[in-house]
Formats: sequence, C-alpha cells, structure tokens
Amino acid sequence: MESLFYIAAVTALASTVLVVTGKNASHALIYLIVSLLSVAVIFFLLGAPFAAALEIVVYAGAIVVLFLFVVMMLNLGKGSVARESAWLRPRMWILPCLLTIPLFLGLVYALSGESVQTAASMVGPKTVGTRLFGPYLLAVELAGILLLAALVGSYHLGRRYLSERREEV
Amino acid sequence: MEFPPNIWSYVLILPIAVGMLVTALILVWWERRLLGWWQDRKGPNRVWPWAGGFGQAIADAVKLLAKDDWVPPFGDRLFFVLAPAIVAGSMLMAYVVVPWAPRESGLIITDSNIAVLWFLAMSSLAVYGVLLAGFASNNKYALLGGLRAAAQMVTYEVFMALSLMGVVILAGSFSLLDIVEDQAELWNIGPQFVGFVIFLLAGLAETHRLPFDLPEAEHELTGGFHTEYSGMKFGLIMAAEYLGLIITSAMIVLLFFGGWLLPPALQSLVPTGLASALVGLGVFAAKIIVFINFFILLRAAIPRPRYDQLMSLGWKILLPLSLVNVLGTGAWMLWTG
Repeated sequence: MESLFYIAAVTALASTVLVVTGKNASHALIYLIVSLLSVAVIFFLLGAPFAAALEIVVYAGAIVVLFLFVVMMLNLGKGSVARESAWLRPRMWILPCLLTIPLFLGLVYALSGESVQTAASMVGPKTVGTRLFGPYLLAVELAGILLLAALVGSYHLGRRYLSERREEV
Repeated sequence: MEFPPNIWSYVLILPIAVGMLVTALILVWWERRLLGWWQDRKGPNRVWPWAGGFGQAIADAVKLLAKDDWVPPFGDRLFFVLAPAIVAGSMLMAYVVVPWAPRESGLIITDSNIAVLWFLAMSSLAVYGVLLAGFASNNKYALLGGLRAAAQMVTYEVFMALSLMGVVILAGSFSLLDIVEDQAELWNIGPQFVGFVIFLLAGLAETHRLPFDLPEAEHELTGGFHTEYSGMKFGLIMAAEYLGLIITSAMIVLLFFGGWLLPPALQSLVPTGLASALVGLGVFAAKIIVFINFFILLRAAIPRPRYDQLMSLGWKILLPLSLVNVLGTGAWMLWTG
C-alpha cells in the first residue's frame, strides 16, 4: 500500500511538472488529467474513496473536458507551440521559483514538526454528507449562492446573444 | 471493503474482461442479424450458416487484425494511438464494480461503497477517448464529431448522475450490492420510473448509439470522430461501443430491475448455496440480454433527432425532471421516515 502511494505521488509530481513545462496546450491538459487521477489514487489510499471518486468525476471528468473542448475549438497549431516556447525561457522561471520558496519552507516546517495525522479510518460517502450538511452547512450554502450567481450570469449572456441573433434574422 | 482485496478478486479480472470482449464480438454480429430481421432483410447469414452466420463476426475480427494499421501523418500521433485505448480501457474498468450474482457467491471484483460513482467516473473518462480521437485525426469531420461527442456526453452525464440519486436515496448506499438487495420486496422500476426513463435516455446518449449517435452521424459527418481510424484501432472503438452497451444494460438491470433477483413472488423458490449463484447469474444475464435487444430495437425503430433537439431535450426537460425526481424521493423518504 505504501509503495502504491509512492508510485502515485511520483506520477502526480512528474505529470504536474510536465503540465507546467509543456509547450503543446492539449498535451499539457492530458498530463493534468494524469496528475488529477494520481491525486485521486492518493485520496483513495488515505481512506477517502468518496473524495477520490469526486476528484475523477468532477475535475478529470467535467472541468478538464471543458478546457480540452475550448483548446480544440481554438485549434491551436504549430504557431502557438512556437509562441509558448518563446515564453518559456529560463529567466521566466526566476520569479516563480522565488515566490515558491516561502511555500517550500512552510512545507518543510509542517513536515518536520509533529507527526502528520493521516486518516486511519475510511471516510465513506455518508460521513461526508452528514459533515457537509452539519457543521459545514454555511460553506455549502455559500457555494450554492456562488453557483446560482454563475448560472444567472451565463443565462444572461446566452439570452442577449440569442436576442441579437433574432434581430439579425 | 477491504484493501488490498483478496486474491479471488484478482482471479476474476481476466475471465470478466475476456468474457466481455467476446460478448462484444458476438453482439456485433447479433445486432446486424436482429436489424436485418426487423427491417425485413437477411443480415449476415452466410459464414457458418449452421451457426446462424456467426462466422461473420470472426471473419470481421480477423480482417480488422490483418488490415494495414494506418496512422494519419498530418494528425497528432500520440493522441491518435492513445484514444481507442482510453475509450476501451475506461469502459472495461467500469465492470470492476458490477456484481454478477448474490453477495454470498463473491462474483464481484470489488464491492465498493462508491460503486455507482465509479461507474459515473469511468463513463466520464471515456469522453476523453472520443474527444482525443476527433482532435488527433486533424480532419474537419472528425473534429466536429469529437466536439459533438464531448458536449453530448458531458451534458448527459449530469442527468445520468442525478437520475441515479433517487435510487441511492432509496437504498441509502452507493454500493451496488446494497442497492440490489434493497429491491428484494419491490424493484426500483416502480418508485423510480422517472429516474429509469432519464437513465435510459442518458445511457443512450452516453454510449452514443442510435438514435443519439450524432457524433458519428454518417450522412453528415462520414464516420464522425473515428473517420480516420482503420484496422484494429477502429475495432477497439467498435468494441468499446458494445462494451458501453453491455455496461449500460447491466446498470439499468442492477439499479431498476433488481439485478440477479427474480420477481419478489418467485424469489423464495431460489435454492441456496451454489445453485443460488448460478440462478442469479442466469437471471442477471437474461435481463441484460433483454435490454441489449431493446437498445437494438430502438436503433432499428427511431430516427435520429437534430443535434440542437438533443441538447434542448437534455437541458430543458431532463434536467428539471431529474431534479424534481431527487426532490420528490427525498421528501418521500423524510415523510415515511
């Protein structure tokens, strides 16, 4: 089980690095999917199968599909690869590296302190549900309001577009 | 669910995978025979006439294996090779959670408390295969087919998941074993009829079979997303379509028609022990075959809708209906306690 964790972790790290350094947008998105799937494996091994399944359904199955959909619609060709490789010059890495140093130090501090608590028991779907609609109800409702706002916004945009088209016709 | 699973689970993987691929091969021939029968023509009946022409399926498979495996030089080579494997692989992975017979028989690879979600996750990963196949071919028809497939499958995934929630509320579990055992007194088709209709339509759209096969509509898009595919890569896409057909039928049976259970009045007649496993497997297989034939009949009988009709059916009718279904089921469960 521990070896599975390390395999998944190495896959996640390697594929995430390839997402950042990749020059072809669609290839980078596929690496992102691999990264998300390996994170799902890690969730599963930590005893959270529900989170793992949602990671696949929501992130890999819905959100990245939409990204890929847009990339396909734009039909980025060789030009965009050339532009991307012009952007990814070595000195572009300096500032991001400096910015991540505090994060890295934080991580080292967190790992060197008290032993990190990993879930010893399985967290099933029912537990997640009772927690979400118990102590974290406010967060669920806030997310609901956010989604409602997004829904109204997209409805508004789509509606205006339709009425303009009707006038043209 | 114990982890790592016991050795029996590993033993089951190979027979189930091989069995499903062989069933897919048989279905290629069976579908053409049934279509021929319903449309008043003969269908493939010449190779091995003593077996009803079944030799045609084997001849087709040999032809596909022997064919020149052409990869378009103008496309994206990596994705082109990867796409059929993703489609077929994710469809096969979905079979991991299917219980083939009662709990005691152990004819299930893994009984997970997220089984229903696993099925949804695998069918949502299958989108990538279709999308990448269309994208990698670098062909306008294929790209249009891939875009249509992605939009259609992402859309119908939403209602598919929501239509299942009524069943999950009734059983109080995501595990397919629990869901089937919950139907011992009354199959879910009664209380969850709306959910069943939505799941049926969503399953059709998700496996992009006729009448919802707009991603590969021949008269508009040549072959749709698999226009550029030939040889065994095409064969794999074809096999994946039939694997999807079987898993959709299996899920319908498990969720709404009591899985391996006989009708409640007859269930007490089933003997215990090994016989119950065999009877269960037989009943389950028979129900699946009924639904596969039903899907083929739909293909023979119903014309294809327009693409915008398909999308507005989904968002304007099925989405509100499935939400009302979830709300109604939840209210009913609260009311009856």
